[in-house]
Amino acid sequence: MTEVVSGANPGPSQPLLAKRTSKRWIISALITTAIVVLPVFSVLYLAFFPDENIWPHLIDTTLPRYLTTTLKLMIGVGALTLVIGLATAWTVTMCEFPGRKFFEWALLLPFAVPAYVIAYVYTSLLDYAGPVQKTLREWFGWQSASDYWFPEIRSLEGAILMIGLVLYPYVYLLGRAAFMEQSPSLFAVSRSLGHSALSTFFRVVLPIARPAIAVGLSLVLMETLNDFGTVDFFAVQTLTLGLFDTWMNLGNLGGAAQIASTMLIFVVILVTLERYSRRRQQQFAARDNRDPIHRFTMSFPRQMICLAVCAAPLLFGFIIPGATLGYYAWEYFEESWNPSFIRNTFNSLSLSGTAALTTLLIGVTLAYSRRLHNTRSMQVLMRLSSLGYAMPGAVLAVGVIIPLAGFDNWLDGLMRDYFGFSTGLLLSGSAFALVFAYTVRFLAVSAGSVESALQKITPSMDMASRSLGHTPGKTLVKVHLPMLRGTLVTAALVVFVDCMKELPATLILRPFNYETLATYVYQFASDEMLYQSALPSLIIVLAGIVPIILMSRSISASRTMS
Amino acid sequence: MRMKLAATAAIALTAMPMAATAEGEVNIYSYRQAYLLEPLLNAFTDETGIKTNVVFARQGLAERLEREGRNSPADIVMTVDISRINELVEKNLVADVQSDTLNKNIPENLRHPEGKWYALTTRGRLIFASKERVKEGEISTYEDLADDKWEGRICTRSGKHPYNIALISSMIAHHGEEQTEAWLNDVKDNLARKPQGGDRDQIKAIAEGVCDIAIGNSYYYGNMLMDENQRPTAEQVYLVFPNADDRGTHVNISGISLTQSAPNKDNAIKLMEFLSSANAQRIYAEANSEYPANPEVKPTGMVAEWGEMTPDQLSLQEIANNRNAAVRLVDRVDYDG
Repeated sequence: MTEVVSGANPGPSQPLLAKRTSKRWIISALITTAIVVLPVFSVLYLAFFPDENIWPHLIDTTLPRYLTTTLKLMIGVGALTLVIGLATAWTVTMCEFPGRKFFEWALLLPFAVPAYVIAYVYTSLLDYAGPVQKTLREWFGWQSASDYWFPEIRSLEGAILMIGLVLYPYVYLLGRAAFMEQSPSLFAVSRSLGHSALSTFFRVVLPIARPAIAVGLSLVLMETLNDFGTVDFFAVQTLTLGLFDTWMNLGNLGGAAQIASTMLIFVVILVTLERYSRRRQQQFAARDNRDPIHRFTMSFPRQMICLAVCAAPLLFGFIIPGATLGYYAWEYFEESWNPSFIRNTFNSLSLSGTAALTTLLIGVTLAYSRRLHNTRSMQVLMRLSSLGYAMPGAVLAVGVIIPLAGFDNWLDGLMRDYFGFSTGLLLSGSAFALVFAYTVRFLAVSAGSVESALQKITPSMDMASRSLGHTPGKTLVKVHLPMLRGTLVTAALVVFVDCMKELPATLILRPFNYETLATYVYQFASDEMLYQSALPSLIIVLAGIVPIILMSRSISASRTMS
Repeated sequence: MRMKLAATAAIALTAMPMAATAEGEVNIYSYRQAYLLEPLLNAFTDETGIKTNVVFARQGLAERLEREGRNSPADIVMTVDISRINELVEKNLVADVQSDTLNKNIPENLRHPEGKWYALTTRGRLIFASKERVKEGEISTYEDLADDKWEGRICTRSGKHPYNIALISSMIAHHGEEQTEAWLNDVKDNLARKPQGGDRDQIKAIAEGVCDIAIGNSYYYGNMLMDENQRPTAEQVYLVFPNADDRGTHVNISGISLTQSAPNKDNAIKLMEFLSSANAQRIYAEANSEYPANPEVKPTGMVAEWGEMTPDQLSLQEIANNRNAAVRLVDRVDYDG
């Protein structure tokens, strides 16, 4: 797997680029990272001050189960998202079948459904009193639950399915972009050398797409690791559940921070392993963009198979939950309609939009600085800045409060001492705290995808631009950003949708009387009032659809236009 | 650089309208859902002209309050579950309140001796039984749950849920740790399925025939009865006030405290007094089928029809003190496993 698949001469890129780098890029990358890792370090700091040592008790009792369940959940979700994501991405990119253009964007729709919402919906559909079992009972004349066996949705398998169904779009999105960027000639060469389409897929297409797929998969795994809503509802005993137990029930925040830090180590090992395994790979896209993809033309039965492959995840990940929510929303419309929806929607949109832009800006700064100055310390900086994604939102929120409130109180103290007036809390408890938290949390998404896309641009581009007298900044604006257009839009919109769905950090950090759609849903969902939460849930999903369609169009456009 | 400026401006714009501590306001950090408080807070504003501002979250508000320190805008913390309230006291985040009105409205066993918290409502942790499969009187105490005859017939939510932890804490207070561990082991052996879902789901499970008895808070049952679609499910069960004939039913509270740093202290105390008043207590309890803390307000309607609840007189403080022991016990018994 370590062959170098290279297009244009990879050349002696790094030294040449680094030498004339203006220091400004490195400094801004340093400062940004320092700010962004503050919350993560605050949590690590808390880990040094537990109220009591929780580990002996945990090891004696629940830790082995927390660990194995967490591993099973991650492996299950990872495998499921890979299978769904790659199969659909490949089908949509390479096969011609009826509805292909529709599925190109529709396959992203499940991404708009928060995992906790899909879990609620499927529970209400599949549990004993739900329509599915009711119908089965009527058909077969069963009287009670003891008459027949029905798979339990509230289980590890159920959680894998729920989380997998809404997270596979990460793999699909990045996989599809990578497949589209591949030169069709590589595929043709492999075929002409006697490989079947399937064998070419595994031996040529996948290895080339691997960096992108790895980014997608690691996002999926990190999000799975810190999921609380679904595992809590399904009583699946993961490490996150143990963390909240230690925090909320034992009142031991330090102990909880220790568990969070352990989870971070999990992630660091995971990411490092993946990078290590392809340390000698260097790939640059040398594809001529005018060369169109030649999609397979297929027999009718095969077209139907393609259709089924794409329709299934859409059906289960979006249409069924969406329709169910729509039905509940309709039934409970009078009870749940509230004029504040419009303001809540505006809050969600403006917050998520601001956070998406900020995150993108920082992501580009970091990824480009690393390109200019590709040293080990810059790589470490990149990795550090992405850690926020692996932390449960509520823990990260406490990590955000600590430096912000610390700063506010320090400034306030200074002002009181020297000028006799109080500045109070400037940053904490404001929308800034939320934007900051979102940025810390979702930087991994934007920095990761920008980084992997930048890596595919051959350094000869930089060299050409620089030798023509452009500064690094100008080169970025004139050369890289236009080439990255598709990636940038995608990254911004993924972050946007993620922010729309974000719940735990938003709850803790938000200002007074400030509701987003997600927090509004939660107050009902947390009180076991699924039906009343259906309408706002539906609005989150609908608000997420628009950017998803935009996203898909821009990806397609970037291919035909560039 | 232009992009950076634009982003900074955008952040500043979203941040601006958020600073909210003008005069004539009271700021609330609430562990209770905002929609439950809304009618009460509106009534308070109508009566006094004082505006209320709320942040609701399930976790982290105590940490936020702690870190914000003397500059925290919060005046009031509203909580459920005695252990969480006690945590605020232990972290020294809440202040003493001495008010004749509050002391008159809220009985002594439902408030902190120095006024660091006042209960606003109480809720019993009850036993629900299938009308069809469990005869009246067949189960009457928490201790009965350990009886072999219930093997494979009990449903509960996670043993780690604060409401179950509080119940187990009260068992420890009455029977000691060792006996409670044996009891919980037996209850676990009687479970029909792995603990899961919320309290409503246990009532559903009885209706589905998965189990015959369940443990749950009174208001979940009440709220199901008030919901047209869930009423048929709830009507499959009847409720039992456990230990009515001896020590009484285990109750938990929702409560209110004044923060140490409260910038609007007078308004905050006005709100506390208002919420303890007969009028507000009626709205509060009715909105969520709970029991008013103010003894002058009798439960009405549906809650009254359930019959008299005799609350366990065990001090709430003692329940909070046993929390750690209870959590560890649940782990040792592997109740959720």
